[in-house]
Amino acid sequence: MIADFEYFAPKTVKEALSLLSRYREGAKIIAGGQSMLVIMKQGLFAPEYLIDIKGISALDYIKYDKGKGLRIGALTIHRAIEKSPVIQKHFGVLSEMERNLATIQTRNWGTIGGNLCHGDPAGDPAPVLIALNSKLKLASSVGERIIDMEEFSKDYLEVDLQTGEMLTEIQVPILPAHTGTAYEKLMVMKGDMGIVGAAVSITLRPGDGVCENARIALGSAASVPLRAQKTEKQLIGKVINDTLLAEASEVASTEADPPSDVHGSTEYRREMVKVFVKRVARLALERAKAA
Amino acid sequence: MKSEMFDLKFTVNGKPYELKVKPNTLLVDILRKDLKLTGTKIGCLTSACGACTVNIDGKAVRSCSVLAPQVNNREVTTIEGVADGDKLHPIQEAMVEHGAIECGFCTPGMVMSAKALLAENPNPTREEVREAIQGNLCADEGYVKYIEAIEIAAEKMQGGQ
Repeated sequence: MIADFEYFAPKTVKEALSLLSRYREGAKIIAGGQSMLVIMKQGLFAPEYLIDIKGISALDYIKYDKGKGLRIGALTIHRAIEKSPVIQKHFGVLSEMERNLATIQTRNWGTIGGNLCHGDPAGDPAPVLIALNSKLKLASSVGERIIDMEEFSKDYLEVDLQTGEMLTEIQVPILPAHTGTAYEKLMVMKGDMGIVGAAVSITLRPGDGVCENARIALGSAASVPLRAQKTEKQLIGKVINDTLLAEASEVASTEADPPSDVHGSTEYRREMVKVFVKRVARLALERAKAA
Repeated sequence: MKSEMFDLKFTVNGKPYELKVKPNTLLVDILRKDLKLTGTKIGCLTSACGACTVNIDGKAVRSCSVLAPQVNNREVTTIEGVADGDKLHPIQEAMVEHGAIECGFCTPGMVMSAKALLAENPNPTREEVREAIQGNLCADEGYVKYIEAIEIAAEKMQGGQ
């Protein structure tokens, strides 16, 4: 079933990085393994050296600072993010997203970092983190670098991790005042991978209600979690109403480049992108008005 | 490619074990094949059905989706560890009495999800009960009885304290 591998369970980031630099391309990190074990069981993926970082407790944390924002350790389980009072209070959209990420069993073992590094364009956290303008901290034995979440995904199941590098932290900045955020996805069953998903963040100018800034990211709408910048431009600088949202959602459906598979054809997904961009942007707008 | 054996130390149903395991072994296989605890079922092996749900450190997790070395130094509870000798756990009792069990294949997983729920949240809403067993598929469509049985158990457990 699962091909043989040599197994390591480092207890610190330093140990993990030293193993990564020793085994280079042959090494693969496993965290909760909730996505990776599936493809290993199918025989689609057979690493030579498996570095199990699930036991590195130093990467399991949620820290909030009203200046610096939110910092989530890469090995924080989904369930902890869902249930975190500080996340529910300041970044409710993250907690909402987690509630529909697979099932409780998966959320009890799977980690946010593992999810992001798996690089599935249907994954839930990436679009939300892109809409929140998040950054990722990547570490290697030669140092650290910080990149924008939206730059991390390169192609289907491919992310910008260089040989010897691992994800250690997710950084979410404080939301500007008068900002509303939302995320929803099309599911057949609750907890399914989204057939399409949309995450939207809208910032309004107080007084006249003009959209000062918008960030929109789509899931399952391309080979990577897609930031829909052309769609954002439709909204920025204008007062958002249903007509404008309808126009913007048309742009989103052409900006998307969705796959065609057993869950939905490209055409169907384009239509659903329209529906979800409209629906989610409307919700984010309501929340921005109430903020 | 040879894989060295991993020295796995863990607790199952309160009993400590030390085993040599191949690191590519799944937890469910250790439980069923090595420890002969066959109450934990394998439905799909693809993390879809929830029949293999156990509790790891008190949380519901799918034992087909965890590598055995990952439970090193952790506490695993399986369906065999839920009853107190011959005395069924209130969750099991409620499921039997309420007729929640049809073919029974998904029942161990349902019990383990319910047990983790009630440990964390002794007085769940119906929505929370539904959410807790959302990852446990029942091919007999027996969800309503299961939900009601878990609510009955929650009430009993509250009353008993």
